[in-house]
Amino acid sequence: MATAPTLAAPRSRTSRRGNFELNSWLFMRGSGALLLVLVLGHLFVNLMLGRGIHQIDFAFVAGKWANPFWQVWDLAMLWLAMLHGCNGLRTIINDYAARPNTRFALKTLLYFGTLVVIALGTLVIFTFDPCIDPSSTLDVCRIK
Amino acid sequence: MWTWVLHRITGVTIFFFLFAHVIDTAMVRVSPSTYNAAVETYKNPVVGLMEVGLVGAVLFHALNGVRIILVDFWEKGPRYQRQMSYVVVGLFVVLFVPFVIRHLTVVFGG
Repeated sequence: MATAPTLAAPRSRTSRRGNFELNSWLFMRGSGALLLVLVLGHLFVNLMLGRGIHQIDFAFVAGKWANPFWQVWDLAMLWLAMLHGCNGLRTIINDYAARPNTRFALKTLLYFGTLVVIALGTLVIFTFDPCIDPSSTLDVCRIK
Repeated sequence: MWTWVLHRITGVTIFFFLFAHVIDTAMVRVSPSTYNAAVETYKNPVVGLMEVGLVGAVLFHALNGVRIILVDFWEKGPRYQRQMSYVVVGLFVVLFVPFVIRHLTVVFGG
């Protein structure tokens, strides 16, 4: 009586990471589409409208962040751009850094840097005080 | 192939700029004069030219990114990927030329 051949369990460990690579691939497309609107809108409002780059000073930022719309805009842009860039650089490190130790060192540096920038930017947006300048002529500062 | 190389180069360039940009913007938490001194750097003509390069990188990365999304998700995307490269170049010129004229007028016009 013939018995069916048995197959050895696969030795590859591809399934150990679950769907992480698929999810990161999807994230790049989703965040990329959102960033297209967020970043091009940011560049258009800050560099094309008004007096262009000459209009940018403390009062300009205070005027924008007095409005929750621009706070949410900039917060979303910060998180999505940093995570999108971090994931892109992770791919590039995986492609070009051949030695495991080099890859580990570069990725540690990348994740640490990304974390610091996201934390710093988030803190700045949430704790920003448009009226830090006592001579401010902004509406939000005169009402109180 | 070349769009793939350019996508990587522009992506890395933009990502490194984000570090500088978040830190200079963080100066709004120090004092108005510290922030104003930091953004003054961006109004320098030499830096103004670098901004043109940066916006060019952003525009290419954005337009080619749409092409990548279409290749991946649109059923006819892979078949038209080369034609879409030409559309990316065309749209890039249409958007980038007005920006260069506008921004350099602002930077060098004082």
